[in-house]
Amino acid sequence: MTTLDCRGMLCPLPVIRLAQAFPDLAVGDTITVLADDPAAATDIPAWCRMRSQELVSAADNQYVVRKLA
Amino acid sequence: MLLQALDSGWADPARLHHEGRTARLLLDNARAVLAEAVGVRPDELYLTTSGTAAIHTGLAALTAARRRIGTTVVHSAVEHSAVLHAAAAAGTTTEVGVDSSGRVDLDAFATAVQADGVALATLQSANHEVGTRQPIARASEICATAGVPLLVDAAASVGHEDVPAGWSALTASAHKWGGPAGVGLLAVRKGTRLASAWPVDEREDGLSPGYPNLPAALAAAAALQARLREAAELDKQHRAWIAELRQRLAADIEDVEVVGDPDDRLPHILTFSCLYVDGEALVTALDAEGFSVSSGSACTASTLRPSHVLAAMGVLTHGNVRVSLARTSTYDEVDRFATVLPGLVRRIRAEVGM
Repeated sequence: MTTLDCRGMLCPLPVIRLAQAFPDLAVGDTITVLADDPAAATDIPAWCRMRSQELVSAADNQYVVRKLA
Repeated sequence: MLLQALDSGWADPARLHHEGRTARLLLDNARAVLAEAVGVRPDELYLTTSGTAAIHTGLAALTAARRRIGTTVVHSAVEHSAVLHAAAAAGTTTEVGVDSSGRVDLDAFATAVQADGVALATLQSANHEVGTRQPIARASEICATAGVPLLVDAAASVGHEDVPAGWSALTASAHKWGGPAGVGLLAVRKGTRLASAWPVDEREDGLSPGYPNLPAALAAAAALQARLREAAELDKQHRAWIAELRQRLAADIEDVEVVGDPDDRLPHILTFSCLYVDGEALVTALDAEGFSVSSGSACTASTLRPSHVLAAMGVLTHGNVRVSLARTSTYDEVDRFATVLPGLVRRIRAEVGM
């Protein structure tokens, strides 16, 4: 399982890092993003919706995303 | 208009001398014009020193008048920050969520309003950031049935379009319709109880203390009259241009999220977010092209927090731009905006490797 440490980064950087890491994942894999920018709480779920990927969990500045396609 | 008003309306309208009576007449005329525009009688309209002052004073006075019933203020999650701060100061708050277009959840609103201890409900006429209209007529019915007064923040709508009736109180701001800064409206329907939070003052029933800014009130009334004369034409023009912008941006820019209701909205506002784009960079790039736009992205806010409106809607908050058309905007400007934007977005994305 991959973890991206985006703490201290401001949006859109955490979302950019997430998108850039995605091609290396296999379908079904999950990736964890650590991000403490308040905007990430809206923007990571929004990215998952726009990209049709699954937001598995979002709590305590930690976001788990599963690659669906 | 403002200069003329300074000449003839400098005196204190509360005095009985000739100049005072002239000033009183001018103030009455301004009040009559402003009252008619928001659909109340002149004696139901208070002139305040700003739209924010109207919200702060009105919300506090309506809530305080019902303190024996409770101190809860029900509001939507997407109200203007002036309303959110006033509600928090007035008592306990119940926040009601919105859907992805920014429209309040009416079932949740009804449940919240019907709870015990609710002093006041407040709902904007339309959202100031994304343009989505709120269901004021139905919210009014819900509040009337529950016996709870409804305060409508109509700052985004007055001068552009009529606000449905049924509310107990309504606020607006002159600078939003092209009038001067320093004039706000607080309309309160007869029969609505008020308890002013201010010390006793003879002006405006104590709801807006101090010497009135008569020239500004006259200018506000003249500006609103002028605005309403052209409102129907502007509405038609702006709706068509915004609809075209919506369509072109979605077609010409990859990964752009145009937000807000596409139809049931204010005529002149368009808001969108571009994935992987820094909002501040985009605002700066557009400024260099001659476009002055706003942004709800965190990087453009002094607090570094994203717009609470976009967050409540659950839409992308970065790369956010709000376009507001003015009465002087032209189709050429709209067309040029739609033409240059895709290139700017591509350039900013390329800078971060996207």
